[in-house]
Amino acid sequence: MFTRLKSSTKSSNTDVIRYDYISRIEDAELEERSDYSFKEILIPLSETMFYFTEDEIKEADYDARPVIVLMRSCDIHAVKRLDQMYTGNGPANDWFYERLRDRVKFALIGCGKACPNSFCVDMGSNKTDEYVFSIDMADGKVYCDVRDDELMAAFESAGGTKEDVSPRYVTEAEFRVERPEEVPVELFKDPMWDEYTRRCVNCGRCNFVCPTCTCFTIQDIFYTDNGRVGERRRVNASCMVDGYTDVAGGLVMRKKNGERMRFKVLHKVYDFRKRFGYDMCVGCGRCDTVCPEYISFANCINKLNARVKEVTENV
Amino acid sequence: MNKTSLDTNLKKLKKNAFRVSKVRGETASRVRCPGGEIDVDSLQRVVDIARKYGKGMVNITNRQGFEIPGIDLADVEEVNKALQLIIENRGVNQEEYNGGYPASGTRNVVACPGKQLCPFANFDTKKFAQEIDKAIFPNDHHVKIAFTGCSNDCAHTRLNDFGIIGMSEPQYNKDRCVGCEQCVKYCKKRSVGALKVVNGKIERDANKCVGCALCVNYCPTRAWTRSKEEYFRVVLLGRTGKKNPRMAEDFMRWADHDTVKKVICNVYAYLDEYLDKAAVESKEHIGYIVDRTGFEEFLKYIMKDVTPNPKCEIQGRIYWGGKRYDQGNELRQSMFRFSEREE
Repeated sequence: MFTRLKSSTKSSNTDVIRYDYISRIEDAELEERSDYSFKEILIPLSETMFYFTEDEIKEADYDARPVIVLMRSCDIHAVKRLDQMYTGNGPANDWFYERLRDRVKFALIGCGKACPNSFCVDMGSNKTDEYVFSIDMADGKVYCDVRDDELMAAFESAGGTKEDVSPRYVTEAEFRVERPEEVPVELFKDPMWDEYTRRCVNCGRCNFVCPTCTCFTIQDIFYTDNGRVGERRRVNASCMVDGYTDVAGGLVMRKKNGERMRFKVLHKVYDFRKRFGYDMCVGCGRCDTVCPEYISFANCINKLNARVKEVTENV
Repeated sequence: MNKTSLDTNLKKLKKNAFRVSKVRGETASRVRCPGGEIDVDSLQRVVDIARKYGKGMVNITNRQGFEIPGIDLADVEEVNKALQLIIENRGVNQEEYNGGYPASGTRNVVACPGKQLCPFANFDTKKFAQEIDKAIFPNDHHVKIAFTGCSNDCAHTRLNDFGIIGMSEPQYNKDRCVGCEQCVKYCKKRSVGALKVVNGKIERDANKCVGCALCVNYCPTRAWTRSKEEYFRVVLLGRTGKKNPRMAEDFMRWADHDTVKKVICNVYAYLDEYLDKAAVESKEHIGYIVDRTGFEEFLKYIMKDVTPNPKCEIQGRIYWGGKRYDQGNELRQSMFRFSEREE
């Protein structure tokens, strides 16, 4: 089972909640939102793809154990986005993604209340039925809606009572988000992004914690004591971090952090929709919570929406 | 009391944490706040004392205490009674109820905000400062101790006899590293440049690393995390003063809590033995005593019954620098003629 647990620290004695394998259910953190998302099991932060010698390559082994991942509704919606990018975008599916994806099943943690900074209701990711079973804890009891026949047997042998249950989900959040339907091209050079050039420190945390960010970059490594053998890795990449838009010849396509912010925000709530018909962002709110400069992605969407209205009304 | 015939034992007054004022007949009460921390009730009491017995003003001291000036010498007993609440709230050791502070030689133990507030701090500076204060106060020996959370040294520990600087041993999980190189950049720009990239992953020069944990703070994926163990750099015998002001020099690195505590507590036996009995007001900076006895003798005392943790590294010989005003006070001539330049 792969689930959120409390782990190592950034500030002294401050826990971070991230996903990892557990051997005892007691280690699972079922209440608070994880700081880092489940996506690390499907697109590891750093993954060796294959090893090469002078004329041969060998694909890297992978952890083929079947896995159940415990996650909330927004994250299950995020899986659809990852699938879209790696297996539904172009003529070929991503082989490395698929081999990890095939062994994973998702279980739902019901939501009693909206997470801080989240806006899943407005993004329509607050409810799902794509799970093998659900978990809700109330009055000292555990309620599970089991949808997988194989697992049903396991639940029955554990000796629970049978009832009709459905997982909890949130229907309202403190913070509301409104997306623009169309974004005129003038907005790309709008001064509204300058604020982020000044505020953002391009650390990329928003991307690394995002359950829907899928970018990676390739590292070809030649082992230092030989130089003729090595490995190819892919590591998570961030469109906010330096180097992302560097091209041969030394050109940097998006230098200013405001430009990077524009690219990210529009990709999450506009450009992805243009291609696939639905928005990429699921409204989990992790990027807001993790930002060391207190930049709110959610608030930026609202600012964008307001700006779009201003611009289009003036035409 | 008749103010024209004050008969006050100033030695006793000073030991009782009152300062002798230049205004005859007045004194100032020095309020001890170990770790530079004060609760609002105690702070209110400082205000009340300043209003009732002082002149309505309070000085904030260099060593994170308060000093209430303008107190009539006749009111010392009453002020001591009023200080009782602060002494109890701050957990400062006392000898006589309502008797005020029993000593002033060992100065207030200073601490930077530490990990209760600061994201960069590697340990709870205030808690450790208060623990040390409990262990060493009251004592008449002139000892200055300060704690700081990281090697930024916001608490200026290097101007103290004992400076304790928090360290963390960065833990690297290469599977979480995406090679964004922010740790390398920040280590180079804001710390010592102990990190480099080798084949997309990070290598740390363990000898160069000062344990500031900037890499941890700036790592966006938590590939870097702090060690569970808290470590300390101990710097020795910094001082200000007329003769030879100087920065404290490194004595230990990667020392653990118990080692640090024992070393500090051991210094008092050394002072009992070697303090110059003829020193003015029996007050001497430890450093000058060490100049006299030699560092080896000092080391023998402060390391008594100390078994340093295995990771702890110790500097066997220490050489201090600083200006030697007793050997010369001249300034070198400048090439500039300032008076001509103004014309």
